[in-house]
Amino acid sequence: MARIAAGVGTSHTPAIGAAVDAGRTDEAYWRPVFAGYEPARRWIAKEKPDVVILVYNDHACAFSLEIIPTFAIGCAESFAPADEGWGPRPVPVVQGAPELAWSLAQALILDAFDMTIVNRMDVDHGLTVPLSLLFGQPAAWPCKVIPLAVNVIQYPPPTGQRCYELGKAIRRAVEAYPQDLKVVILGTGGMSHQLQGERAGLINSAFDAAFLDRLVTDPVGLARMPHIDYVREAGSEAIELVMWLVMRGALDERVREVHRFYHVPASNTAVGHIILENAGRQGMGE
Amino acid sequence: MTNPFDDIPGTVIFDAARSRQGYHLNMFCFSLMKAESRAAFRADERAWLEGFPMSEAQKAAVLARDWNGMIALGGNIYFTAKLAAADGLTFQEVAAKMSGVSQEAYAAMMLAGGRSIEGQRSKSEARGG
Repeated sequence: MARIAAGVGTSHTPAIGAAVDAGRTDEAYWRPVFAGYEPARRWIAKEKPDVVILVYNDHACAFSLEIIPTFAIGCAESFAPADEGWGPRPVPVVQGAPELAWSLAQALILDAFDMTIVNRMDVDHGLTVPLSLLFGQPAAWPCKVIPLAVNVIQYPPPTGQRCYELGKAIRRAVEAYPQDLKVVILGTGGMSHQLQGERAGLINSAFDAAFLDRLVTDPVGLARMPHIDYVREAGSEAIELVMWLVMRGALDERVREVHRFYHVPASNTAVGHIILENAGRQGMGE
Repeated sequence: MTNPFDDIPGTVIFDAARSRQGYHLNMFCFSLMKAESRAAFRADERAWLEGFPMSEAQKAAVLARDWNGMIALGGNIYFTAKLAAADGLTFQEVAAKMSGVSQEAYAAMMLAGGRSIEGQRSKSEARGG
């Protein structure tokens, strides 16, 4: 059967992608960020997932205000990098996993998660920056990717609780898939940041540290945190962090923290990531 | 009933009312995703705006690049960011303008750890009350 081996939470700051694309990763400003992701790059190179389920939000690229799906799963053969207003990122076309994606869509809908099925979708920095951070600049991405887009722009976004429960349903659906596939799930966005208005540039490192701690040890309690706490404490765009709870829900309640990194700033945001493995995974024939 | 989100200083939540108010403003911004639309907008900004049933105040905010004004009139930051990109501005340059400081001062604030949450949680706290 297919199985979820591990989860990664990571920021998807667009300026990071711009730095990669412009060959500026060695500059003093960016060096700490990319050095901080080196262990994650080594980890994923050893982990070698067949498929990554990448939970992210579209930033008014694939979805305008005409149609606003709360949870959308990409079932296409491939997904092109989006033109976000300055031309598409020069990164490989993302290869989908349509058979597994369709299987997940069906299982999730029958499990009471009414997914929107997407057969054509360009993917923006929310999806491609995490791939750049983990895989660098290969000629082709080394695994298949299932995009799972969550609305966090139009209020209300789904609750943290609902995201956490979706993660659990994703796990059930993956484990019901007969083919032997190794899946890693990514929850992306955050960490603390506010892009709009007089409070732009807000960073709350204490909030971010507590979020990472609770993500590891108290996901059930963390999932109950209301939207306003994210917005008030960590900035209007920090609401993206609910997407990390989809990733967390797909893992065991007990997990092993493999790696954690946190840095301020990348443009307007705090950058963080965490790698979590199921505590019982040695028993899974690893 | 008071909305607790309204108590957060310098922050507009993109809720149903904002989305309805800003629909055409945001869809104008979305039009700038296409290179040919950007070219048409640059050639005659007012004429391109006339293609969208926006309020005169919204059009004026766009023409004046009043970034906070656009948000006050229903604009969403991820949409207004398309206008910034079309202008060749970085997100950080726009953030500096919205928070009323120079880009140098804003960048320095970010390098020093960002804007502190202290005093920024609620409007009463922001007023020092």
